[in-house]
Amino acid sequence: MNPVRTVFRRELASYFATPVAYVFIVIFLILAGALTFYYGEFYERGRADLQPFFGFHPWLYLFLVPAIAMRLWAEERKSGTIELLLTLPITMWQAVFAKFLAAWAFVGIALALTFPIWITVNYLGDPDNGVIVASYLGSLLMAGAFLAIGSCLSAATRNQVVAFILTVVICFLLLMAGFPLVLGFFQSFLPQGVVDAIAGLSLFTHFQAISKGVIDLRDLIYFGLTIAAWLYATAIVIDLKKAD
Amino acid sequence: MIETSELTRRYGQFTAVDGISFKVEPGQVLGFLGPNGAGKSTTMKMIAGFLAPTAGSAKVCGYDVESQPIQAKRSLGYLPEGAPSYGEMTPRAFLEFIADLRGLSGERRKQRIDDVIGRLQLEAVLAQPIDTLSKGFKRRVGLAQAILHDPPALILDEPTDGLDPNQKHEVRALINAMSAEKIIVISTHILEEVHAVCTRAVIIAGGRLLADSTPAELEARSRYHGAVSLIAVNTGAAREALARVADIDSIEIDPQDHRITAIPKKGRAIFVPISEVLKNQGVEISQLQLEAGRLDEVFRSITQPHATEARA
Repeated sequence: MNPVRTVFRRELASYFATPVAYVFIVIFLILAGALTFYYGEFYERGRADLQPFFGFHPWLYLFLVPAIAMRLWAEERKSGTIELLLTLPITMWQAVFAKFLAAWAFVGIALALTFPIWITVNYLGDPDNGVIVASYLGSLLMAGAFLAIGSCLSAATRNQVVAFILTVVICFLLLMAGFPLVLGFFQSFLPQGVVDAIAGLSLFTHFQAISKGVIDLRDLIYFGLTIAAWLYATAIVIDLKKAD
Repeated sequence: MIETSELTRRYGQFTAVDGISFKVEPGQVLGFLGPNGAGKSTTMKMIAGFLAPTAGSAKVCGYDVESQPIQAKRSLGYLPEGAPSYGEMTPRAFLEFIADLRGLSGERRKQRIDDVIGRLQLEAVLAQPIDTLSKGFKRRVGLAQAILHDPPALILDEPTDGLDPNQKHEVRALINAMSAEKIIVISTHILEEVHAVCTRAVIIAGGRLLADSTPAELEARSRYHGAVSLIAVNTGAAREALARVADIDSIEIDPQDHRITAIPKKGRAIFVPISEVLKNQGVEISQLQLEAGRLDEVFRSITQPHATEARA
């Protein structure tokens, strides 16, 4: 069997071998629902779409995804299994990719379990289901980007708490890269061109673009490159940190 | 064949492994001896392809671990230090995972898994998460994983660490049973293990290879090599009798059990003269034996000058 598939299956099964998976899924579903209905004013606004639901995803992911990502490599290093895994006939890239993919599939399962809200909105009104599909895709891609960042920072430390906090901070900065909070800081000393480039890195902007229902190739490339770059960095960090 | 040439690993300024070269042929069991922090594990990690050497190279069954890592890893079974495994998995699921990664399939996969389960007596714990197992069982799961694909070469980092005497005996028997057709490298700091399983021993300290020979040759370096030890009913009388033997260099008396050890002058045999003198003088003895040499003493005398507490 392909080593990526083997490691992917083991990893995904390991989420469900402990209560972590169930706790994560339950909390994710409760928060997603509560935020949508109470703060998103899902009923009150009287419109048949899922904007309030997806609008909260970046903030939900900001805390929940790093919690999944923090154990990816930190745990392997702590328990020493990284030495076992990387001396089996599997390349570093396959190992990094397989573990990332398993985590992503897990978040995907949690996301898929929000389907009742999709049914609800179809029952209540006549939403544009194309936009909803696009939003789900955008949400999944954003989770993937967060996970890839978390994978890299998890490889950098064997302390999961440190990995968690660093991931939250970096994901937050990348989310806010298009907002004055971050841009204002850079505007004070960087030329406008560079500031625009930083704004272009904003996860939030790209997520919003997709969740409006417009699947632009540039947004897909943006997420693809973000994930690839952070996974590449993961492999480099693992290589560098193997010795200690 | 496992072969290293000038294998070196540096961590910044610190040299953990310093130009180690050796060659192990099929049928040999090589024992890696050395104090903690000597560079044993680092050397093994480089051969297993986990750490990249700073300089030099290592080959497993003809495959260079850096340029042909996958082939080298396929030919090798490796038990890392501490026998790590995925704690939430059961031994059966874990072994199946390793079998899949090792590319075993169908009848052979089933047969190999059953074989290692039998050899390491894991039947009783197959359905229990590895986290809940005793240290001895965890170690055996690690060993099972290393020999699962029946590799031509094996590297076992402290395979008997944490096992009770019965389990140690079983693991040594397992290594002996496999030694005929495999290349095996084990690291240990239990010196009796060298006698029990190794056909060759290398001593490493401070990252350097200081000795490479058979356990018997190493013992012959001991000043106790050819010494005669005895326990006499009357220690004083025995001492007086021994004074008549010319080739004795010095005499040591153990303060606890009054065992007398006579150390010969270099290259002299004293067993026959001593036994004759004791007989002629009518000294009653309860034990008399010829010593082959003490490995722990050789170990100390070789490694002590390099004793630096460094990273493992």
